[in-house]
Amino acid sequence: MSANFEPKIVAFLCNWCSYTGADLAGTSRIKYAPNIRIIRVMCSGRIDPTFVLKSFREGADGVLICGCHPGDCHYHEGNYRCLRRYHLLQKYIQQMGIESGRLRLEWISASEGKQFAQLVNEMTEQVRHLGPSTIKTVMETLAV
Amino acid sequence: MNRYTIDPITRLEGHGKIEIFCNDDGEVDNVYFQVPELRGFEKFCEGRAVEEVSQIVTKICGVCPGCHHMASGKAADAVFGVEPPPTARKLRELFYMAHFVHSHIAHFYALAAPDFVVGPSAPKAERNVLGVIAKVGKEIGTEVLKQRRIAQEIQALLGGHQTHVVMNTPGGVRRGLSEDERKDIEEKARGFVEFAKFSLKLFNDVVLQNKTYVDIILNGPYKLDIYSMGLVDKNNKVNFYDGKVRVVDPEGKEHCKYAPNEYREYVAERVEPWTYLKFPYLKKVGWKGFVEGKDSGVYQATPLSRLNVADGMATPLAHAQYEKMYETLGGKPVHHTLAMHWARLIELLYAAEHCLELAQDPEITGKNLQAKLDKTPKEGVGIVEAQRGTLTHHYWTDDKGIVTKANIIVGTTNNNAAICMSLKKAAQALIKKGVTVDDGILNMVEMAFRAYDPCFSCATHSLPGTMPLVVNFRDKDNNILRTVKRD
Amino acid sequence: MANKNENTKPKLKMAVYWGAACGGCCVSVLDVHEALFDVVAAADLVFWPIALDTKYKDVEEMPDGHIDLTLFNGAVRNSENEHIAKLLRKKSKILVAYGSCAHMGGIPGLANFSTKEAIFKRVYEESESTVNPGKVRPQPEFEVPEGKLYLPVFYNDVRTLGQVVDVDYYIPGCPPQTERLVEVFMAIVKGEELPPKGSVIGARAKSQCEECSRKKSENKLVKRFYRPWQVEDDGETCFLEQGVICLGPATRSGCGYRCIKGNAPCRGCYGPSPDITDPGAKMMSAIATMIDANDPEDIQKVVDNIDDPAGTFYRFSLPGSILRRKMT
Repeated sequence: MSANFEPKIVAFLCNWCSYTGADLAGTSRIKYAPNIRIIRVMCSGRIDPTFVLKSFREGADGVLICGCHPGDCHYHEGNYRCLRRYHLLQKYIQQMGIESGRLRLEWISASEGKQFAQLVNEMTEQVRHLGPSTIKTVMETLAV
Repeated sequence: MNRYTIDPITRLEGHGKIEIFCNDDGEVDNVYFQVPELRGFEKFCEGRAVEEVSQIVTKICGVCPGCHHMASGKAADAVFGVEPPPTARKLRELFYMAHFVHSHIAHFYALAAPDFVVGPSAPKAERNVLGVIAKVGKEIGTEVLKQRRIAQEIQALLGGHQTHVVMNTPGGVRRGLSEDERKDIEEKARGFVEFAKFSLKLFNDVVLQNKTYVDIILNGPYKLDIYSMGLVDKNNKVNFYDGKVRVVDPEGKEHCKYAPNEYREYVAERVEPWTYLKFPYLKKVGWKGFVEGKDSGVYQATPLSRLNVADGMATPLAHAQYEKMYETLGGKPVHHTLAMHWARLIELLYAAEHCLELAQDPEITGKNLQAKLDKTPKEGVGIVEAQRGTLTHHYWTDDKGIVTKANIIVGTTNNNAAICMSLKKAAQALIKKGVTVDDGILNMVEMAFRAYDPCFSCATHSLPGTMPLVVNFRDKDNNILRTVKRD
Repeated sequence: MANKNENTKPKLKMAVYWGAACGGCCVSVLDVHEALFDVVAAADLVFWPIALDTKYKDVEEMPDGHIDLTLFNGAVRNSENEHIAKLLRKKSKILVAYGSCAHMGGIPGLANFSTKEAIFKRVYEESESTVNPGKVRPQPEFEVPEGKLYLPVFYNDVRTLGQVVDVDYYIPGCPPQTERLVEVFMAIVKGEELPPKGSVIGARAKSQCEECSRKKSENKLVKRFYRPWQVEDDGETCFLEQGVICLGPATRSGCGYRCIKGNAPCRGCYGPSPDITDPGAKMMSAIATMIDANDPEDIQKVVDNIDDPAGTFYRFSLPGSILRRKMT
């Protein structure tokens, strides 16, 4: 079952670094797993925990967040805020019984196309290994 | 075989129903009191910080949240291995006395008084607080509302949130009292004492001077010879906040006196498949069924049982009333269920007097509100008297004080078996072949239940004060033959 | 209670009912004190188990839409709660989810961290004072010598009222502050225009911070978070600035910041500001932003001191939030 399961991963990428890095992977014709759905935000600091939780609730098997490397944020501090929220979010989702491997944060710069491809492949396998998420089904109002 | 279903029971906090089974002769075979609800506090407190649990357990009950808060606060103290400093302890007691004043006033005037002041078989339209007011005057009705409101204002001042109080923290309280606030409470407490004295006088003039009512109390089908339980201080006087739990047998002999952390040696709980509520009983005596007597582990935890187990009241006026009650009713212990109402008023007076004592205590405005917490949290039990019975909270925590397990025995729960038995006795005496089950009969069945003050005091004064009942008479095919309603 | 209404305007037919509740919301209705006269002059209470004798059967016999206003408090925990919620939806013109439990799930909603099996096991078998060698459990149907006895089915999941029926309005709070209820009630009686269906009423749009009297500054960065008893609260400074988690910024005002007045930090019973779907997520975002660290290890040390995030940020709103129960 695991072998045939294609994870659905939602990826939030910041405009200035990580989205550009992903773009570079594309223009460089680097092949990588097609399992991610990219949503571009201006800064990783824009990412509200609600986006992550909603992604899981709507059926995502994994959520990936990418931002600029520490010190390089276009808005100075946004990525640090993202990092702090990410740590608290991990503690929370684990308390709710969601595997920590389904949520991941990595820094990707505008020139790191190869690294982005590698990251996506890695995460896809990681989530494939965890199996399909049952979050959506469990969260539906179960009366019985 | 006939079956009467009373669903839902009204005039209490929560859901409940009664099933009365009669044989073909119209005699009552058995009565089942079913509690159809469960929420699972003992499970979902796991994983919560222990000081947060003190604010979560107030939501077990919106009428006696202060009781849960106190039991929980004491358990949290024990978890950290500390005692609150004197000022903090006195502030908790001051809050607690106001909590008792508000609840006992509301129960007596709205629920109990109609039966006695107006009469158990009086026309139902009069058997409510309006009827009481008509008999005793509007001034008193306004005074009842006022005293209840004042007691709640004291609760809000000391406790923050008026209903779901937040005052306790492990080893202390969060808020102190200023001198101005103290003076104000002292004045209000004097008002409580006067009102409690007045209430007892009302009870005396209207009930005790009336032979019919005294007869109902002493000779009606409202008597259970069972064990009594209550908290007593080191002088064996009634105490709501602290002390040891004392249990006496139906003859008044001490069965045990245990400290909070010993409760499991003496109390066990039983499960029946037809109700969600468990049945506590005395472990060393054992569960022998829904029966009375020294050999049965059934017990009551009520204002009456509290007075039964104690050697007296800790304040002078209340103690004089205590002695008067036992003299009138023929010695200790008293098993007449309806005497609970009298005991409740004596407790009201004690709560008022003690409230005044505390308001006058120089330490009450002290600044030391919090004990130092330097031991690793582990495990603790807190026991207080709720208005409706002995309340036990037991928590186990990890090293950070996060609760890993919780065990709670609630006030009214203690009386689960006794309530079943009281209802059965009353029904058996009142519902017989040839008897027309009318409104008066129904009310008298209820009186067995109402005396326990099951968790909700309805303080309304312009809504009907009777406990409504519908009794369906069914034939053996379960068709309804007749319905008798009492509004 | 036949109080004559001088205006000959028909009295509002009103009902108050409880699901998985504690009684505190009914107490909040009774705490109208003197205003009770105004209430009774304007409304006929037709169903209120705590005070009246109306039975479920009587409600079933009412025509649909017979009740003008129903305040439903308590969460939906079992089959009886669900059945009556659906019944009252049919019989009521306006159905209000009254109080935190009906609004967001409330404290009984914390049971969504667990399951029916785990709860029953704990309460009826594992409880340290319970003696039950036969592992007896309450049954929906049970045969006794005299006949069959019935109990409602206990569901695995706690739900908000809105997750079971169509709700017209929400009045938040645990319980709602009585003055807010009176304001809403008077507005309805006077026939004032009500906000759009589905709105939260009886609460302010601004957060607790707007009304809270504690001193606030812009300095909200903290090096660690504390449990309330780990700090010597000065009674004056914003809790957050002292490193104590307070849900005030993500919670509507309207209660008069009553817990904070008692020197306890807000735990969010009044629910989120308008347009926020998940109050816990917003508060977590704010709390995390406050962490005065940028290195992952330092940040993790701070997060390690935030105990029980799910139970803190979703104290009253678990069933109504996005991750509405623990994974099973």
